[in-house]
This record gives sequence, C-alpha cells and structure tokens, in this order.
Amino acid sequence: MRHSFTRAALMLCSAGWLAATGPVFADEAKPEAKPLKLTTTADHTKFKQLQKTFNSGPEVTKACLECHTEAAGQIHRTKHWKWEYLNPDTKQTLGKKTVVNNFCISVASNEAACNSCHIGYGWKDASFDFKSEENVDCLACHDTTGNYKKPSGLAGNVVTKDMEFPPGSGKVLKAIDLSKIAQKVGKSSRDTCGACHFFGGGGDGVKHGDLDSSMSAPEKELDVHMDATGLDFSCGTCHKTSSHDVAGSRYTPTAKDSKGAHVRGKADNGNPATCVACHSNAPHKKEARLNQHATKIACQTCHIPSFARGGIPTKMTWDWSTAGQLDANGKQITKKDAKGRIIYESRKGDFTLGENVKPEYVWFNGNVTYTLITDKVEKSDQRTPINKIGGSPTDGKSMIWPMKVFRGSQPYDPVNKTLVTPHTAGNDDTGYWKNLNWDKAIAVGMNTSGHPFSGKIDFIKTEMSWPINHMVAPKEKALGCVECHSKDSRLAGIKGVYIPVRDNNKLLDTAGWAIVLLTLLGVLGHGAMRIVTARRH
Amino acid sequence: MAERIYVFKRFERFWHWSQAGLIMFLMLTAFDIHGTYTIFGFEKAVAYHTTAAWTLIGLWVFAIFWHFTTGEWKQYIPTTEKVLAMVRYYSVGIFKHEPHPFKLTQLRKHNPLQRLAYLFILICVGPLLWITGGLYLFYDKWAAWGLTGLQLEWVATGHIIGAFMMLAFLIAHVYLTTAGHTPTAHIKAMITGWEEVD
Repeated sequence: MRHSFTRAALMLCSAGWLAATGPVFADEAKPEAKPLKLTTTADHTKFKQLQKTFNSGPEVTKACLECHTEAAGQIHRTKHWKWEYLNPDTKQTLGKKTVVNNFCISVASNEAACNSCHIGYGWKDASFDFKSEENVDCLACHDTTGNYKKPSGLAGNVVTKDMEFPPGSGKVLKAIDLSKIAQKVGKSSRDTCGACHFFGGGGDGVKHGDLDSSMSAPEKELDVHMDATGLDFSCGTCHKTSSHDVAGSRYTPTAKDSKGAHVRGKADNGNPATCVACHSNAPHKKEARLNQHATKIACQTCHIPSFARGGIPTKMTWDWSTAGQLDANGKQITKKDAKGRIIYESRKGDFTLGENVKPEYVWFNGNVTYTLITDKVEKSDQRTPINKIGGSPTDGKSMIWPMKVFRGSQPYDPVNKTLVTPHTAGNDDTGYWKNLNWDKAIAVGMNTSGHPFSGKIDFIKTEMSWPINHMVAPKEKALGCVECHSKDSRLAGIKGVYIPVRDNNKLLDTAGWAIVLLTLLGVLGHGAMRIVTARRH
Repeated sequence: MAERIYVFKRFERFWHWSQAGLIMFLMLTAFDIHGTYTIFGFEKAVAYHTTAAWTLIGLWVFAIFWHFTTGEWKQYIPTTEKVLAMVRYYSVGIFKHEPHPFKLTQLRKHNPLQRLAYLFILICVGPLLWITGGLYLFYDKWAAWGLTGLQLEWVATGHIIGAFMMLAFLIAHVYLTTAGHTPTAHIKAMITGWEEVD
C-alpha cells in the first residue's frame, strides 16, 4: 500500500517535471524506427526469388525451397500430404484417401474437386507423384493475405490467368497474384487452417460442428482461447507443429491425457493439443471436487456446452436415398428452410441442420475403428458406424466425451455387403451430381477405388461420431451441475457411474418419505387425541 | 404449585438452538440437492450444505468439549429404568392426565425414552450422516486413502437413509416438546433454561 503510494507520488512528480522542462528526451536526429513484425526475422518482400511473376503454384514452391531446403521433405512425411495414415493400434490404413464417410462419401474418383484441400498441386488421380517437391503447396498454410484460393475442380491448382470454369459454363475464375501472396507469407492462422477445416463436408460448418468460419475471428463467448480480441490463439498454438507435422489426430485421438501439463525441458512425447497439456489434470483451483470430476469427464464435456454456436449451422443428418428428384422441366431442384438454408438438393438428398446443438455423450478411450470399403456391412435396424468409438466405464482409459453424431443414409452394395465410393463430382457423364445416375456413378467410383461392385444398389443407415474439441466457452458458461445432476440429465445414456440425483433410487425415496409421513401422522394423531381428551377433563 | 429448575445452561441453549437451525438448514438444502424441490438449485445448495456441515462440525467441537468438562455427557447414558413407564405414559397416561412418571432433576434432565432416542441419534443416525457426508465431501481423496472398493452409490444411499431418519426424528422431537408440564414448558426451558415441573 505504502509502496504503491510512493511510486504513484514519484510518477506524479516526474510527470510534472517533464511538463515543466519540456520533452528533452524526444528523439532529435535519430532515424525513425521501422515498424517491425516481431514474429519473424525475415521480410519476404526483400527476397529476389519472390520478386517475379509466378505462373503456377509449383513455381512458387521452387522459390520457397531455395531457402527452405528441407521443407518439402518434411511435408512429404505428413498426413496432410499423404492423406494416408496407418493406425498403429488397429492396423487400419486410414487417411482421407482411403476412408469412407457419410458426407460426400469418398475421395477416389473425385480428386479434382476434393483435392483443392490437398496441400499440393495437381492430385487429379492415382498418378499423382507424392515424391515431387515442387508439388507441395506452401501457400495453402502460409498465406497471410487471404487472397490465396484453390478452386474446386482444379485438383488443387491455382488460377493465374482468368479462366472459364467449368468450360462452357460462363463462370469465370479470377486469377490471383502469386507474387504478392508469396512476398507476404507468414505463420499459419485460423484462416489458412480454416480454409479447409471450416468447410469440410462441402460447405461452411457442414462437417465438424465445432469448426466453421465463425471461428475465423471468434468472440470470447464462442471460443475463449481463439477470442480475436483476447488470447487470439491460432490453431497452431495448441496444435503445436513440429517439422511440419501438425499435432492432434482424429484417427488416434488422446481421450485421456494422464501425463499432465507439458513442461519445457521435460521429455514429453504426448499430444500437445490436449486441454491437459496446458491446464494440467487438476486445473480447478477453487473447487477440488471438479478436479475429481475431471478424472472421468473430459474437459470438453463441461466446457463446450453446445456446438455450432457461432451462427453457422452444421449438418446433422444427410439422406442420400432421396437424391435424384427433378422438377416438372426435368431440372435439378433445391429446397430451403424458412431461414433460406438448403435442406434438399437433387444431387445430394435431404439434410437437417443444427445450431447450438447439445452434444451426445459417450465413454471414449481414444480407439476409433473405421468401417472401410473392404469391411462387410449388414443392413439392419442398427446404424452402421462409419467410425466406431471405443470406450467403457471400466477400462480405465475412457472419459465421458461430447460428440457430434452425424447420421445419414448412403448407397451401399447389398450383394457384396460393402459401402461404396460413388463418383460424385466432375463435369463428365458419370458424375452423380451432374447426371443423377447412381449405377454409372458407383460403377465408375468403385472401379477407380479398385473394389468390386455387384451392380446392385441399396441404401444403408450410418452414423459417424465427431469428438467435440473446439468452441470452448468462457468458464462462466461451462455446464452447471444440474445439466447432469438432474432427472433429465445430459448424461442420461452414460452407464457405469453413479450420478447423484440422476440415479436417485425410487424405492429408497418412497420408503423414506413413507417413514417421514407416518411419523408426521403419528404425532398429529397423538396431538389430536391429547386435545380431545383435554376437553373431556 | 409449580417448581422451577434451572436445567439448560447458557452454552447448552446456544448449542441447541444453533444446532437446530443448522440441522433444519441442512435438511432444507439436502432435499434441494436431492431434487425434491428447487430453492437454491443444486449448485448453490451443495455449497450451502457443505458450509453448514462444516459449521456444525465446528459447533460440535465446542459441544463435545463442554460435555466432557462439565460431565454432562452422563445425561446420555442409557437406562432401562422407567422406560416401560414412559411408553405407557405416552400411549395411555398422557391422555388421562396422569402424572409424568419421570421426575426431572438437573442431573437427569432427559427422561429414559429421551435418553434412548438421543443416544440412537448420537451413535447411529449421526455417525451415518457424518461418515457418509465426509466421504461425499472427500470423494476425490478416496483413491489416495486406499478406498478403491468403495462405491459412491453406497455412500449416497447411506446419506439419504440418514437424512430421512433425521427428518423423522426432527418431527417427533418437535412434537414431544409440547408434552411437558404445559405444552410450552419444554420450549420455554430450552429458551430460558428454567423448566417448570410438577
């Protein structure tokens, strides 16, 4: 108290002295300091290699590699490049190249469209050279201008001269200035990651539910870490990248991080993208009881009360079986809901959308088993899991996790009993989105992915689970106790734990209240009799 | 002519009434937590219940000290003497305005049934509530204490049974305060310390 008073007094005095004597400390003849970007030691506008016209993406990459000689080699080892991943636990070969989902279903035969989100140039079919260094796309992640675009249909290539696309459509794709973009490269950002991860599944917010363009500059309410005027985390703040390999995985997620907070100097091979990696396993300072909760409940369960909170809806269901309807003129149709959001397209079928969606909760131990194109599926009342979520209350490895469960109906081969990989996108005469002919689309798609197809088509109900990790709310907005400790608990479906109030024993309550009531009746009766007998005397 | 005896000393009265208030508040918050009704809501009710419980423990530290230093603990030693007479009085005699079979003195201020009832609360209901309540509070320490086999469901069930028994006791206890020399004699005694006896 006294100390701060003294300091304040000193400051006042010196301020008065300065005012009285004038600005003697003002820079006199010194050259004005240049505004420096403190995050980097290199100003890329100064590099001769970048002061030229680039006619293609690979030309830029070659220039990058002149200095960053090992960058392409690092990229070549990553999932982002290979779209292939061997799950060491299940031994399943996964990756975007291989898996089947219940959104746009699969990449094979649709590369030209899907691979606009590949961090490379020119992956249009299986002939793509994964060893090519110049085909690595540096700018997809390192653009800072927001002008870098990789239009769908060009196999990840960029447009350097205005072009009509698709040919004959009258639509023009505008050229981008690669030179300007290359001179302004910087760290990855919410926008660069978001250019693909916000738009997965074919549109803004479609796939994840906790990632959409509202996360590009979120408010604190939407994401306490990424809060653009607050902590302002980028994706890479948590998904701490090492040698271009981005930490965090949906194929082998860390469901329970028992290693505690990461400390510099400590050997640590753990996932840096978990909550615990920063917050430790006992982050609740005031309420120790909550730390106990955190031994069984993932942080996300309480701290992400709902997803799709940023005003952009996420797709919750997708029924491919209703696709193909035409209007009276034989034209494809689009239906919209009252808010003008598309809920039916001839080429895709029916959708339902959700905003502020309460997650579903499951025990999750990090094991995810995919139903691959080579796996047998059986049509039944049970939905076929696209990715089966492992976990149980008793395995010691599971936590209660929030999920977006995406349910759909998609084509499958009822004879071979497998899912199928239809050819959807493409300006040709077999792509489903243009021709609305499943027979051709699936035959071509299965031929491309190299799997047998009987020629018979039916639809099968599937579901896919997406662990919810983002859109972490400020602590004041975390779930209150009654969200789970109530009769209509959010954790109604969670077995293997006793949750006070949710699991109140009816028999015990009935017996307890009966005893209380009998006691009350007993004393009232006794009292009444005393009053009556008092009058007689 | 009624005689007056000084039965409840100042500390004892303070102890009784603050305990009574705390227990009633614990009851109120207990069934709020339990979901029977919503007054404070689960979160606040848990916080209040916990604070009230710790306060009561604090009060008990003083009460236990007082009981031992004054020898008042002897008031809870059970006796079979006149128990049947008391049962008969409450079930028959009280309606016929027979004299109370128990003569209250400073050294025996609880009638034999009262002694048994309080002792039952002291050694059964009380410990059940305190042990299960304590385990509830320190749920996060179970593993550290080696209580790996303990199930939260057992603890919760025990605590709820204790709560119902305490509530039943409370009702009977409040009613029986009217069964003194006059309907308000016991309550007056608990407030002023002085009991009127026959």
